[in-house]
Amino acid sequence: MKLDRREFIKQAAISSAFATAGAIFPGISFGDWSRLANNTGIISWQKSPCRFCGTGCGVLVGVSDGKAVAVKGDPNCSVNKGLCCMKGYHSVQALYGKDRITKAKVRKNGQMIELPIQEALDLVAQKLQETKAAHGKDSIAIYGSGQWTIPDGYVASKLFKGCIGTNNVEANARLCMASAVTGFMTSFGIDEPMGCYEDIDYANVFITWGNNMAEMHPVLFSRMIANRKKRSNVKIIDLATRYTRTSQAADTSIIFKPQTDLAMANAICYEIIRNDWVNWNFVNEHVSFHKGKTNIGYGTEDHFAFKDKAESIDFEEFKVFLEDYTPEKVEKISGVPAKDVKYLAALYGDPSLKVTSFWCMGMNQHTRGTWINNLVYNIHLLVGKISTPGNSPFSLTGQPSACGTVREVGTLTNRLPHGVVMNEHDRKMAANIWDVPLENIDPKPTYHTVEMFRALDRGDIKFIWIQVTNPMVTMPNLKRYRDGALKDDRFVIVSDVYPTPTTDIADVILPAAMWIEQEGLYGNSERRTQHFAQIVDPPGDAMSDTWQLIEVARRLGFEKQFPWEKSNYIEKIWEEYRIFHAGPKHEMAPYKVLTERSGVQWPFVNGKETRWRFNSEHDPACTNGKDFHFYGKKDNRAWIWARPYEPAAELPDSEYGFWLNTGRVIEHWHTGSMTRRVPVLHNAVPSAYVEIHPEDAAELGVMNGEMVKIISRRGEITMPAQINGRGVPVPGMVFVPFFDESYLINEVTLDAFCPISKQPDYKKCAVRLEKA
Amino acid sequence: MPIFSYLAIPKDGARDDLCAELAKIEHCQIIPAANREVVVLVTDTPDESVEKALQKKLKGLDCLHSLCLSFGYNGKV
Repeated sequence: MKLDRREFIKQAAISSAFATAGAIFPGISFGDWSRLANNTGIISWQKSPCRFCGTGCGVLVGVSDGKAVAVKGDPNCSVNKGLCCMKGYHSVQALYGKDRITKAKVRKNGQMIELPIQEALDLVAQKLQETKAAHGKDSIAIYGSGQWTIPDGYVASKLFKGCIGTNNVEANARLCMASAVTGFMTSFGIDEPMGCYEDIDYANVFITWGNNMAEMHPVLFSRMIANRKKRSNVKIIDLATRYTRTSQAADTSIIFKPQTDLAMANAICYEIIRNDWVNWNFVNEHVSFHKGKTNIGYGTEDHFAFKDKAESIDFEEFKVFLEDYTPEKVEKISGVPAKDVKYLAALYGDPSLKVTSFWCMGMNQHTRGTWINNLVYNIHLLVGKISTPGNSPFSLTGQPSACGTVREVGTLTNRLPHGVVMNEHDRKMAANIWDVPLENIDPKPTYHTVEMFRALDRGDIKFIWIQVTNPMVTMPNLKRYRDGALKDDRFVIVSDVYPTPTTDIADVILPAAMWIEQEGLYGNSERRTQHFAQIVDPPGDAMSDTWQLIEVARRLGFEKQFPWEKSNYIEKIWEEYRIFHAGPKHEMAPYKVLTERSGVQWPFVNGKETRWRFNSEHDPACTNGKDFHFYGKKDNRAWIWARPYEPAAELPDSEYGFWLNTGRVIEHWHTGSMTRRVPVLHNAVPSAYVEIHPEDAAELGVMNGEMVKIISRRGEITMPAQINGRGVPVPGMVFVPFFDESYLINEVTLDAFCPISKQPDYKKCAVRLEKA
Repeated sequence: MPIFSYLAIPKDGARDDLCAELAKIEHCQIIPAANREVVVLVTDTPDESVEKALQKKLKGLDCLHSLCLSFGYNGKV
């Protein structure tokens, strides 16, 4: 954002007046600027959810002369109550990077040539038709994002699944949330958290499972810290594989060996049963016990297939299963002292304490991601600490609409906006609402994300349209997938706002409208749908991803299915989409309500939001006449699963002696394509680095800032060392953030995934280090 | 190139009228408080003569009780 001298002085004048007013009238607030909408001629404020993480903070965006110039936290949004993190405060600056893509481009003779967007869309439609005619419907794919707006994902699903007839629809949320989904589905038969952020205001104990909330969900973390300060009986326990800012702020930090969270969770259950801390009333009334397959593989080979099979067991069998997980046995597996496991069990088991568990990528990016989700639910279910204020097993999302767009709209190969493609009833519902023949919707899922890019490499997919995501930075085992996308007869379209390594491989680049340059809706971690209006104009030819898809759909002859006008297409799409979720389990708020509020939680029934699902006091879908109703499963119970500890796909050995763990930093959003263009954020952390434990660094002879080569069986990368920085890995582990496209750490990572969720594990593979 | 900011205090119950009047005057920007009968007024005029004319206009507003100067700049911009 450029601020001239005159504007700067005026802003100083305003600040001075605010300060004077604050001194004369204590408590004075100028929080309702939003009501002023342009009557000053200087600045108007409009609400929006933040563009970045899955927390869903409400922001007020200040606009002057058609440009977004300021951000403040929305005091009317219950998520953040007027607070923002550094990314939120600087978010509007990400709109105005110098190299914004404003024109469509097409590759001709190896060069990218600008052309009008309508001609580029003609070419996209023509190529799609040619590819389908030559290679069949399943040679065409779309790969979207948890940063897609809800309408983006909805029209993508309608076009590809309903009209073109392929289930080649995936989104990058497969890389971040799929294990959470399969965890919910296997334990409860229905997706998304039962609790809400208000749990933070009631819980006595917060346990973060491999979740560096201080950096990844800083506003929620600050709410936890504020509660600890305000109430005397609040503790934060951090379970992690490396020391982070969350560990530093926690009351207790417990470090476990990678992958052994599975054993730890089982040991906690063992202790709860051994001490008879089981809530028998709850368990007898609301829980059933099950086991599934074991030794389930890692998916590193093409065409890997796995289907779990649930078998009922009884409590006694579950108890016998847990005998392999005494705290003493688990100490040997996990490195966690038995007394610490017993301490954790005592916290969960104490009926006087309300316990909330938080997790995100540590448990989801895990080759047994579904299992570890199940196991943390097991703990909460055994003690009955679930679905009540403060008692919450809470899976946090990473992206602003991973829940809203990917999980709720169902932009995954097996999903539909309601249900799954395998289910005839669900297909009928979709065909009816979409006004397409039933046989258009293929009952067989095709490729999950990793397999989709493998199919692109093999040539089974020839045409892929990528929107709002940067897979040429984020795919694990990256070199294979980049080489595959660059093969001669592949056609890659990328809709984005800035040049990235993914636009580098594109045959067509489409300029996209970003965030508040379009109207849209997101859905956050706590089932909250958040509407935002178009607040500023997109630059040049940039167009919303939704409208790009509609333009192509019409060129393909689907005018009937995509009849909307530009003036109100988001409203029309939303009201069509809502039909899929009608009913008390998932009723969504009407468009008008969403435009008026800073987010609305579903189920939204009779004008009322639902805070705690499955709890009869709060959830209108509970109909069994009891205090709780786990209506997602046919037996109307929540499922406890016997899931064993199984090791990671690749462990350090004599040749590759270190664990590699990857992740994010607070200053940057994902691959950094937006936040690295915000000077304040970029200058704070201008490049990636490898965190090394001081003892390992000394052994390698590496000083802070010196270059280190990280080598795996897939590739190598050389980058500067960081010793005793904000994060400190344990000896034998290194950590690398992935925001910096100059250091593509995913050249090194392994494309192993959870066989149930198909979500890759970015937290564990084996590498060796050399001083460069 | 004078730039000033003030706290403008309306007469009893006249906040909305004051906002409406001020919003109509050229070179004025306003930010009303959400929970007090106070309005932040920022004036930005091109030269002394326009500034003087504006001051006169402000003093003539019926719904204005008082103006409290908070910030002033009168140099080159």
